[in-house]
Amino acid sequence: MSTLVIAEHDNSSLKAATLNAVAAAQAMGAEIDILVAGGNCSAAANEAAAVPGIGKVLVADNAAYEHQLAENVSLLIAEVGAAYDNIVAPATSNSKNTMPRVAALLDVAQISEIVAVEGADTFQRPIYAGNVIATVKSSDAKKVITVRTTAFDPVAAEGGSASIEAVDAVHDAGISSFVGEEVAVSDRPELTAASIVISGGRGMQNGENFKLLEGIADKLGAAIGASRAAVDAGFVPNDMQVGQTGKIVAPDLYIAVGISGAIQHLAGMKDSKVIVAINKDEDAPIFQVADYGLVADLFDALPELEAKL
Amino acid sequence: MKVLVAVKRVVDYNVKVRAKADGSDVDLNNVKMAINPFCEIAVEEAVRLKEAGVATEVIAVSVGGKACQEQIRTALALGADRGIQVETESGVEPLVVAKLLKGVVDKEQPQLVILGKQSIDGDNNQTGQMLGALTGMPQGTFASEITVNGEKLKVTREIDGGLQTLSLSLPAIVTTDLRLNEPRYASLPNIMKAKKKQLDVLTPADLGVEVTRHLTQVKVQPPAERQAGIKVEDVAQLVDKLKNEAKVI
Ligand SMILES: Cc1cc2nc3c(=O)[nH]c(=O)nc-3n(C[C@H](O)[C@H](O)[C@H](O)COP(=O)(O)OP(=O)(O)OC[C@H]3O[C@@H](n4cnc5c(N)ncnc54)[C@H](O)[C@@H]3O)c2cc1C
Ligand SMILES: Nc1ncnc2c1ncn2[C@@H]1O[C@H](COP(=O)(O)O)[C@@H](O)[C@H]1O
Repeated sequence: MSTLVIAEHDNSSLKAATLNAVAAAQAMGAEIDILVAGGNCSAAANEAAAVPGIGKVLVADNAAYEHQLAENVSLLIAEVGAAYDNIVAPATSNSKNTMPRVAALLDVAQISEIVAVEGADTFQRPIYAGNVIATVKSSDAKKVITVRTTAFDPVAAEGGSASIEAVDAVHDAGISSFVGEEVAVSDRPELTAASIVISGGRGMQNGENFKLLEGIADKLGAAIGASRAAVDAGFVPNDMQVGQTGKIVAPDLYIAVGISGAIQHLAGMKDSKVIVAINKDEDAPIFQVADYGLVADLFDALPELEAKL
Repeated sequence: MKVLVAVKRVVDYNVKVRAKADGSDVDLNNVKMAINPFCEIAVEEAVRLKEAGVATEVIAVSVGGKACQEQIRTALALGADRGIQVETESGVEPLVVAKLLKGVVDKEQPQLVILGKQSIDGDNNQTGQMLGALTGMPQGTFASEITVNGEKLKVTREIDGGLQTLSLSLPAIVTTDLRLNEPRYASLPNIMKAKKKQLDVLTPADLGVEVTRHLTQVKVQPPAERQAGIKVEDVAQLVDKLKNEAKVI
């Protein structure tokens, strides 16, 4: 058995999500190779080669793959993946975009966002916003799988020295092109990798008030998240949304401020180790999942919390 | 141009779904059903394109049992022109839905196909991308803005780091994210009008597709329960608990 893990990277460095996907691949018990598809991505490939326990790193370095256009990269992965039993990727927005295309090219199902490996063909995945965990068994000879990164502890990033092999295949479907990107730059840890997350909801009232969270985040080294309501209202950008249809986080500490606790929000954070809720409504559903609930007006509680940390 | 919109019948988003006690499946007895919220956004976008004079016809298609005609009617009430039901049992896998949708695409030759990014029941996030592979069309997934410029489609996408803009050749596929638009409510007169709009029923055989299964659901179970927490008196107690009891700060 063999598994191909698709690396998540930005050409210059390997993203931590790759290490979670490798952990899931290890649970499947097969030999693992990593594919790095990108443009000028040798730095990312070198980092992938340092991951322990990898057979080899395949590098497809071509302008056609630079921006991860799904039309091009899916053709590449389907071709390279033909030799493997499993094709595994972390469930990032990038893989969510590309991998179903790969599965369809190979005429197999995709098993999305697995949270446990029960056997070579049997996996657990959350459905209905995580209210139910389904165990599914695949009858496909080849399995295309995305991995919920929070469910698998990352493997070590260093210590290995896998060989690096170039893949020459160039697939440029010629039907899509990259125009531009607005990517938030922040000194804070990445939302999905942070050990502490503090999120604000509609109760924050406006974007300006998110400063109240920033002071606390600075002291705790935390990432800042938000509910859909806060994003829809334009308080903060979309990449901060935590939930069923946003980002899934499971930090050591999650602090929900002015968030009611709708099932779609809970789906994105209820696997956090410790949950704190600050809400002025003592009946808010968020308190049902909170280890520590504070019934208070956030405009009083947040400055006091920042001062006491 | 013709726009095809895929709509799925799912459990209403307010319902907290549970596993049956015997773990055989989820309990959907007497549960309120609705159009998948992302599909509602897809319909809205198509209707806006028509109102803007870009689209000439909006066709709503759903794959499922007879009951999904309700969701097609909802789409018609929101402004779609006609509907197509592809008759199958419910719970068809995304790959098969994508093959059936490809059959409809081959028949109708739309310039744009709009789907939701994700069904809120299965949380798959697959069908649009699979349809892209099967038809060879480009895709703009998780879209928060789309603009048609002649033969090209400009799509702004919600990605992990922020926003990305792509240019796609038409015909193309779009899957909707939450910020694409805010769907309207269907007015009563439009709900009445929708009842008279054309709704065709096709079978998988009509489209030359065999309904297969690649996955079997072995069982379903509730997620791990969280231990009941406590309410703290004040900020000082909260900080103390986090430091000395939970030891997370
Ligand atoms: C298809 C679909 C997908 C969705 N996906 C997501 C998702 O991924 N993530 C997500 O979060 N939501 C998602 N939602 C939305 C979800 O259903 C809720 O609408 C949303 O989570 C509510 O956000 P909120 O808690 O910030 O706002 P509200 O529900 O309005 O809650 C605001 C809370 O703030 C409290 N509050 C107000 N003022 C103060 C104050 N001064 N001090 C203290 N507390 C205060 C209130 O008591 C209230 O509990 C989705 C919905 C749909 C239909
Ligand atoms: N049975 C179906 N009938 C019509 N459209 C569907 C069906 N299943 C999925 N879709 C479309 O594909 C989108 C994504 O669904 P999924 O891949 O299941 O998460 C949905 O929002 C619909 O637009």
